[in-house]
Amino acid sequence: MLLTSRPARAAAPPVSRPGSVLELTGAAFGYGRRPVLHGVDLVVHPGEVLAVRGPNGAGKSTLVRGLLGLAEVLAGEVCLFGEPRGRFRDWHRVGYVPQRTPVVGSVPVTVRELVSTGRLSRVGPWRRFGEADRCAVDCALEGAGLAGFDRRPVAELSGGQQRRALVARALAGDPELLVLDEPTAGVDADNQRVLAATLAGLAATGTAVVVVVHETGPLTPVLTRTVTVGGTPDDDGC
Amino acid sequence: MLSYGFMQLALVAAVLVGLTAPTVGVHLVQRRLSLIGDGLGHVALLGVAVGLATRTAPVLTALLATVGGAVVLELLRSRRSAGTDVALAVMSYGGIAGGVVVVSRAPAGTPANLDSYLFGALTTTTRGDLVVFAGMAVVVLAVTIGLSRHLFAVALDEEHAAASGLPVLRLNLLLAVVTAGTVTLSMRVLGLLLISGLMVLPAGCAQLVAWSSRSSLAVAVLVGVGASVGGTVLSFHADTPSGATIVLVTVGVFVLLAAGRATSRGPSRWRRPDAAVVPGPAGAEPVRAGLGVPR
Repeated sequence: MLLTSRPARAAAPPVSRPGSVLELTGAAFGYGRRPVLHGVDLVVHPGEVLAVRGPNGAGKSTLVRGLLGLAEVLAGEVCLFGEPRGRFRDWHRVGYVPQRTPVVGSVPVTVRELVSTGRLSRVGPWRRFGEADRCAVDCALEGAGLAGFDRRPVAELSGGQQRRALVARALAGDPELLVLDEPTAGVDADNQRVLAATLAGLAATGTAVVVVVHETGPLTPVLTRTVTVGGTPDDDGC
Repeated sequence: MLSYGFMQLALVAAVLVGLTAPTVGVHLVQRRLSLIGDGLGHVALLGVAVGLATRTAPVLTALLATVGGAVVLELLRSRRSAGTDVALAVMSYGGIAGGVVVVSRAPAGTPANLDSYLFGALTTTTRGDLVVFAGMAVVVLAVTIGLSRHLFAVALDEEHAAASGLPVLRLNLLLAVVTAGTVTLSMRVLGLLLISGLMVLPAGCAQLVAWSSRSSLAVAVLVGVGASVGGTVLSFHADTPSGATIVLVTVGVFVLLAAGRATSRGPSRWRRPDAAVVPGPAGAEPVRAGLGVPR
């Protein structure tokens, strides 16, 4: 089931793009041969902000990891931008905020350096960052509420700030599909509102957003649809 | 000192090694793989022994052995194999033991002295060696500096790197091969037992004073080049073995930096040049999302 109505926004009208960003037909995801989740049917269009909810262990993370090629597709079909996942190569069109904060290595890394790694999918090897790339990193830092933090070592940030740095890293690639796995965990209400504004802005330009959340909180007004994994379906079974 | 031809060649070789080894070391330390250089040094010994016994160029056989060992280790690591560190130990001790046994069975007339490989023989560097060294150094730096952003991205978050389409396995294998090449390159200068010192210790110095990945590379290279040139000059005047002297100078720099940091008022003043401008919580101002940049 698809929601056709979108909330009115003050920003530029939604860019209409043909086709779906994401299409799952009877998809089963898992690791090895062990399915964690099966029978998933889902279509996501440009400009949608889809919340994925469900109890712990229901397979929300496995679902998003399956979209990204980090968990296996055991049955059914997963298409990204109309292309089966196995043949999809344009990964720079997809942004990902993982649930786990990566262990920062033993060499210091600044926030800007971490966020810049999200731009590498658009910058080839042995290429320098151009003006557009630096600007994208600046916008990403701002969009995650981290403007002014760019020279700070990541290891000195709080847990919530580190999660926002991961959001900024995903934004830096200017994704057309943004997948966030619990981006609000440990983030204060003010900064959740900053994130909500950022997601609304992205959706207004046609970016599709899939966000795994426990509590929708300040994100609620931005969401166009909610699906539930496991348990009782809200308005769209999965 | 510089009027001696062998010292000129030795200093150029020292600069090349001092430049390349620390750049590899920073990436290894970032991935918590600082012992891998040591293990590969031991594998190189087996390669050298086979080269001596079969009268093939020891540098070539050592390069083949270390590249093979590094690729096997990286493939094990990429499969998250629990046996990776045991495999490193097997290679490390197998390499040393195999090297000693092979050399002992070498045909009569073989120069069975492994000392110059174990502890380095910088002053025997020839012009031909330097050409090979320079070529290898260019390849190593093209990877460790030229691809540093990509390598750091993989080191920080391998899953995210894979999800954004970076060739994670190829980048890791490239770093493994470059590590093997650096071990072989440094073998004549520092000796197989000391190579890892000039890879890892400058990266350790960088951990003490640097505030970013980029400055870590810069600090490591400065310490590496400084220590290898300083150590070479010192060994000439003090008549000490060059490889060991270079590593001792690096240890000295590390101890000085560590002591300096301990006696200064904590690391924050060094590591955070902008500590005074910590911005307040965001949220009050309207926030522009990642717009304005053309896709």
